[in-house]
Amino acid sequence: MTFSRTAAIFLRQFYLVRGSVARFMPLFVWVTVDMALWGFMSRYLNQISASHYNFVPALLGAVLLWDFFIRVMQGVTMAFFEDVWSRNFLNIFATPLSISEYIAGLVLSSMATSSVGLTVMLVLSTTVFGLSYFVYGFLLLPFILVLFLFGITLGIVGSSLVLRYGPAAEWFVWPIPALVSPFVGVFYPIATLPAWMRWISRALPPSYVFESIRTILAGGKAPLRLLALATGLATLDVLLAWLAFTWTYRYAVRTGLIARYSAESV
Amino acid sequence: MTTHPPDVLAVADLRKVYGDMVAVDAISFTVRRNEIVGLLGPNGAGKTTTINMILSVLEPTSGTIHIEGLDLARHRRKAMERTNFAAVYAPLPGNLTVYQNLRIFGMIYGVKHLTERIATLLGMFDLESFRNTKCGVLSSGEQTRVCLAKAMINQPTLLLLDEPTASLDPASARDVRTQIRQIAAQGTGGVLWTSHNMYEVQDVCDRVLFLSHGKILLQGNPKTLPGEFGKENLEELFISIAHEKLSLESGVRL
Repeated sequence: MTFSRTAAIFLRQFYLVRGSVARFMPLFVWVTVDMALWGFMSRYLNQISASHYNFVPALLGAVLLWDFFIRVMQGVTMAFFEDVWSRNFLNIFATPLSISEYIAGLVLSSMATSSVGLTVMLVLSTTVFGLSYFVYGFLLLPFILVLFLFGITLGIVGSSLVLRYGPAAEWFVWPIPALVSPFVGVFYPIATLPAWMRWISRALPPSYVFESIRTILAGGKAPLRLLALATGLATLDVLLAWLAFTWTYRYAVRTGLIARYSAESV
Repeated sequence: MTTHPPDVLAVADLRKVYGDMVAVDAISFTVRRNEIVGLLGPNGAGKTTTINMILSVLEPTSGTIHIEGLDLARHRRKAMERTNFAAVYAPLPGNLTVYQNLRIFGMIYGVKHLTERIATLLGMFDLESFRNTKCGVLSSGEQTRVCLAKAMINQPTLLLLDEPTASLDPASARDVRTQIRQIAAQGTGGVLWTSHNMYEVQDVCDRVLFLSHGKILLQGNPKTLPGEFGKENLEELFISIAHEKLSLESGVRL
């Protein structure tokens, strides 16, 4: 792998975001809206709840982490879509660039764009709503790592779908977080779900993050083994997603899909 | 005993089949150093399919492609570092400026002293005044010049040009032809050029290959080839071939 090629993909995204309000604003506008909405909701629930349960770290903290996952995923897919929208596949892939370098460039772009969103959310949640990250302790880092890896996974999978089925398949990508969220228990314990849904939950690394948050807030012991399992699972998912993209790319080269991509003919 | 450097491009028994349709049918040809080879043929003859396979964005069904002696199937990265292309159907992203596009592709091709190289290309293709202009707002002729600048960014040994002057006015097209001729003559590379402008092909190319239904029907010097078949010029010869009046089985007659 050559870093300058990966850096070129990142630089392209940097140029685009820097030069476009339409690309720059979404990096922080939606997360700001979400922080405000769920911050006030958490405050309200604290006021009306008879118990002394603090909803701010449970709800607002969970929303913050879930939003971070979505930004990571969209960071990958948006960088990929730029090549779709500008019909740039022929120029990009008829070069020495390897698929690993290309994917690494998408991931690097996502790291940068999702960091902006995460920073805005951290600042707002602590300064406006008094969310203290000390309640999660050092586990905040594995929480973020697992969600980052899973965001990368779904970003690469979404990009593979669009590469395989053409620009119209963009429609498949946007609802992916909404489809995943009922299974990972962002707002409720996994035990609430029926048995068949719980099986799916076990295969999804974010489930372990949100379960761990609830365990810690309930005064339980930090579930380190589960988080280690989630990290391993999320790493495996990234590798599988990379394989899926590579396989899709090879299929596209074999069938001529790359060369006549906009035709959606294969 | 001296060893000759390998041909810039060596294509052998190259074939591409989509289902029952044979797009390219076991063609073989070479492009030598300092040579401009014209790849001619009617629409659907297999020219772009051939170029796509050489650019490694389309996998051949069978056959081999060697770029400077490197087998494209086994040494893709090294082979593509020596190759570049410009095609009328592959404009650069319109939402980036001329400079940004050249910088990004320069990095992808691993160009050393990139800033200086970009400055040279901006001068060579008369693009200095458009340096910070987004490619999408340039005229089609200006966009073609940017594509050509991109195609030259890595000083490729093999340059593929698919109808490079299709959207240029006659004066700009002549300038581009002159530049490409100079590049081919001065450097160590070769050019594979497709065009439907037979006068241009006659003017620029050292050798032409006529492709029809995925096969090379004939090849030769574009200046003498029409006479060999009793035609006044290359355009007449092209029209004859396009109408398939040519019969290779009976010794090539019209």
